[in-house]
Amino acid sequence: MTNSGNLQLTENGELRHFLTPEGLDRLMLERILDTADSFVVIGNQEVKKVPLLRGRTVVNLFFENSTRTRSTFELAAKRLSADVLTLDIKTSATSKGESLLDTLQNLRAMHSDMFVVRHSDSGAAHFIASQVTPDVAIINAGDGRHAHPTQAMLDMLTIRRHKGKFESLSVAIVGDILHSRVARDQVHALKILGCSDIRLVGPNTLMPQAITSMGVTTHKNMDSGIDGVDVVIMLRLQTERMDSAFLPSAGEYFRLYGLTTERLAQAKPDAIVMHPGPINRGIEIESAVADGPQSMILHQVGYGIALRMAVMSMAMSGQMQQRHAKAVNPLSLEREPQP
Amino acid sequence: MGATQTLHCPELADTPALVNNLLDQIDQLIFTQKLDQPLVIGIHTGGVWVAKVIAQHLQAPLGQLDIAFYRDDFSKNGLHPQVSPSSLPFNINDRHVLLVDDVLMSGRTIRAAMNELFDFGRPASIKLITLCSVNQRELPIQADACALSLDLEAGKYLQLQGPDTLKLSIIEHANHD
Repeated sequence: MTNSGNLQLTENGELRHFLTPEGLDRLMLERILDTADSFVVIGNQEVKKVPLLRGRTVVNLFFENSTRTRSTFELAAKRLSADVLTLDIKTSATSKGESLLDTLQNLRAMHSDMFVVRHSDSGAAHFIASQVTPDVAIINAGDGRHAHPTQAMLDMLTIRRHKGKFESLSVAIVGDILHSRVARDQVHALKILGCSDIRLVGPNTLMPQAITSMGVTTHKNMDSGIDGVDVVIMLRLQTERMDSAFLPSAGEYFRLYGLTTERLAQAKPDAIVMHPGPINRGIEIESAVADGPQSMILHQVGYGIALRMAVMSMAMSGQMQQRHAKAVNPLSLEREPQP
Repeated sequence: MGATQTLHCPELADTPALVNNLLDQIDQLIFTQKLDQPLVIGIHTGGVWVAKVIAQHLQAPLGQLDIAFYRDDFSKNGLHPQVSPSSLPFNINDRHVLLVDDVLMSGRTIRAAMNELFDFGRPASIKLITLCSVNQRELPIQADACALSLDLEAGKYLQLQGPDTLKLSIIEHANHD
């Protein structure tokens, strides 16, 4: 694997792909959050749109279903005035026998400027960015168990907007850490941003081996895990895990790890509760908590659009600067010569 | 960033006098054009400093625009790393707007600012107020009130320093379009 940190940046250190927070520095993550903060305001305007990506083509390539992520990316691109094409690859050309490479080359030939990639294989977005279409900005919208960087960063945005500086915060991430594509990126992002007390809470069967080498503590017991924390991040329990001997039953899971009002009282009184959605009420979280005053769940949805607008505009900006710097045909396809 | 050099220009020496001149012109403009309860909106950053003085003088509400998301050179120069959110703490629909910038040069900033304004609503009118104007227009945009017009050689630019004490000077480095 090539250095993902370098792959994501231009020669001048600007973002050109967004694949994972790993390998990016604190300044870059803070720039992403600052830019996202500016975009939060746009959602309150009469016209919820800015012309930054006017004339640019963004293709949402979803190799696996994710209605929520896909729609927020689509909305983010539209609010940046880009032309958006959303392809559900499962039902398109690949099912007619076209290879992934041919599909991508075709989209490239349409002068696409950005691919938003969701794939069930870890490293898919990275592979496309490094091997297939290096001159198209690639945004990772979730790859296998590996990464889901925009979800992790929208969580960072939520924390920063509601709790302030990361240094003094205690953050608990609760649930299926093993299968979560978000938890890993959350840990990376929290560490880069200066958070020193990161606790992973969940049953041993859902806790990755050697995770403590990332500088986190692990907790099998929920009550001690969230004791005195400022932020509780609940992960979605994928119900398919129930069938695969990772968990005894939904009821048992809720009894041990479900976030109830009573249990939340272990955290600080002003602690915030986050969840990437869609929530399983009564399995990971009690309705009274999900709908309660400490819940950030609906804020996260709005911040998700702003955060995605931020990384899309920054990556497009870096990619276009790179093209200008090289002053070569970006797609290495036949185009009119530049005057 | 290259080195900047400040050049001597006697007309710019007294920036407070230029500001007072501008305020007089604005009073006149409001009177002759019958601009009832105008809103003052400054363009980040120098325009906001001048707009603040104007808003205090008129006892008018103040807003600010950061046009970073509306620039026409995004594909060439990319996104500015520090965008401060636009903040218009009022409804601009059917209101008279005094749009304020420190220096009017190419006119591209003003075009971008007007595009952005219309995403907030439909003002009754927009008047352009600039402390200084450099005769290097690239678009058909002129100020309704302006304290000083200058011809500058290529490669020289006007810069406003602030925010506490406003001071105009000519520099030899581009950080303004």
